[in-house]
Amino acid sequence: MHRIDSRDKKKLFRHEWVKFALFSLLIMILPVLFEGGYLLNVFIFVGIHTLLAVALNLLLGYAGQISLGQAAFFGLGAFASGILTATYGQNPWLMMVVVAAAVGLLAFAIGFPILKLKGHYLAMATLGFGIIVYIIFNEAVELTGGPSGFSGIPNLTVGGITFDSDFKNYYLIWGVTLVTILLSLNLVNSRIGRGLRAIHDSEVAARVMGVNVRLMKVQIFALSAVISSVAGSLYAHTMTFVSPTSFGFNFSVELVTMVIIGGLGSIYGSFLGAALLTLLPEFLRAFQDYDIVVYGFLLVFMTMFMPGGLVRGIPSLVQNLRARIGGGASDA
Amino acid sequence: MHFDQISQYLLSGLSTGAIYALIGVGFSIIHNSTGIINFAQGEFVMLGGMLTLFFLSALKLPLIIAVVLAIGVATLAGVVFERLAIRPMKDASPISLVIITIGGSILIRGIAMLLWGKETHAIPTFSGNDPILVGEATILPQHLWIFAVTAVVIVCTKLYFSFTISGKAMRACAYNRRAAGLVGIDVKRMVFFSFAISAAMGSMAGIIVAPLTMTSYDVGVMLGLKGFCAAIIGGMSSGLGTVFGGVILGILESLGAGLFSSGYKDAIAFVILLVILLVRPQGLFKKGETERV
Repeated sequence: MHRIDSRDKKKLFRHEWVKFALFSLLIMILPVLFEGGYLLNVFIFVGIHTLLAVALNLLLGYAGQISLGQAAFFGLGAFASGILTATYGQNPWLMMVVVAAAVGLLAFAIGFPILKLKGHYLAMATLGFGIIVYIIFNEAVELTGGPSGFSGIPNLTVGGITFDSDFKNYYLIWGVTLVTILLSLNLVNSRIGRGLRAIHDSEVAARVMGVNVRLMKVQIFALSAVISSVAGSLYAHTMTFVSPTSFGFNFSVELVTMVIIGGLGSIYGSFLGAALLTLLPEFLRAFQDYDIVVYGFLLVFMTMFMPGGLVRGIPSLVQNLRARIGGGASDA
Repeated sequence: MHFDQISQYLLSGLSTGAIYALIGVGFSIIHNSTGIINFAQGEFVMLGGMLTLFFLSALKLPLIIAVVLAIGVATLAGVVFERLAIRPMKDASPISLVIITIGGSILIRGIAMLLWGKETHAIPTFSGNDPILVGEATILPQHLWIFAVTAVVIVCTKLYFSFTISGKAMRACAYNRRAAGLVGIDVKRMVFFSFAISAAMGSMAGIIVAPLTMTSYDVGVMLGLKGFCAAIIGGMSSGLGTVFGGVILGILESLGAGLFSSGYKDAIAFVILLVILLVRPQGLFKKGETERV
């Protein structure tokens, strides 16, 4: 028994590595296909959004805890990095780490009381937190520049390289994103990941099995805040300009949409969701303003008819179709 | 600081509070019969204002007919929403329901935007703009409309819940859906009613406040959340608790905006919301028992 078990595990393990390697390869050669065009720029955003969606997915998809305030952590990372480097001339890399740690601590602190709440109430509490932070971004004008935004944020540099072009930023951001994906895959396939899924299914059962439910929920909340904050710092240094509108309630909802569309509890699904929701508005630009209707429709439709997201929905759809066609053929 | 204007702040706080109360009661009614927090509640408020505007300006109908039609159409929207999105999902997890109602609200908002555009519109007041002097403060006739409509609606719901069969049935559902079903109450129908009632109340709130605050396709988000805050202060009661919740919130906001900073006004509601959720999840007025956590 044991030997089969571990051999299966090894096989699964190898399978995961191959998947990850192929995915990374695809990401690495994309810029060559785009030839530095407009799509390259869009895919930088796909990278940032993937980072954010993976962070939220750890919380929402694995631990089953909703957060409608993720944009706040993203915004805190962006604004804090921007202000500390542009206004106070600190080292961007050091600040990225410091800010992420601070945002993580903040999430840890508010996580204990907030994550006691469940379902609808957790949604409302995180939403409330997100809106408060958003209002502060808008009102602390001397610090953040208020509604008109904050500009003059320096690009990141390593040695002699300054990340000032789409091409360089693409590899910078996707480098971070791929590492995060790898670490997240590792995490969800570990003891912690199994604990999170146990919490998702039943908190009582998880507690009975010896999972420290309360602590684990808060830890994963803090982790997702840390990743979101790093995404925010990267965003700030790439764009060199940030404004509060990017970090509002709508963006929090957009992130939830990405995770749901891609597939709850699937890391690659988060990439799919992020890619779809980032590319969609670009294609919908012809119909301007329709994107909000499409978002709403997608959210309702996916939750009702494809609760597993694209990652699981498409294969099962294909399977159904094939079965139907196969059945039809045998009828004839 | 403008301490001499306190009575003015109190009065205007009272009128916004009344609006929050109406919206909050709508939240409570749906919550009590289904256990759902309907994130689309604010969109019914928006629909009330925008539909009235549409009937007034595009179809040139008289005000009273426009108002009645607007309430009718908004109620229909609530009922359709329940049929299409809520009923098929009756066994879904809270997270799915949160997401469905958020999706529904975005959808309704988006459709409103496509139909009526992004502009902010003014609606004429119901009976003129001559200010009325109340002590040292002045109010507009529209404020009186707000107080009157809120009072009438709250009294009517109270009577409905206390003295009619379907009202009592809805209360039974709120206590225990399963038991209500066992004694022969058609729970599905009660859920249907609760969506109809709270859509109607939300749209009424939207209609009476629109002449004061203007209206646009996206007013529902903030108003809805503030209404939810009122309901949370009131412990999700469909009566006086939420009315007090709304009034407390309205007055705190108006005082905060007048005496401290108008920019942070909107934050007040959310700070209160968080504090109540974390410290007194059963609301300000109830003793223990109700489990929100």
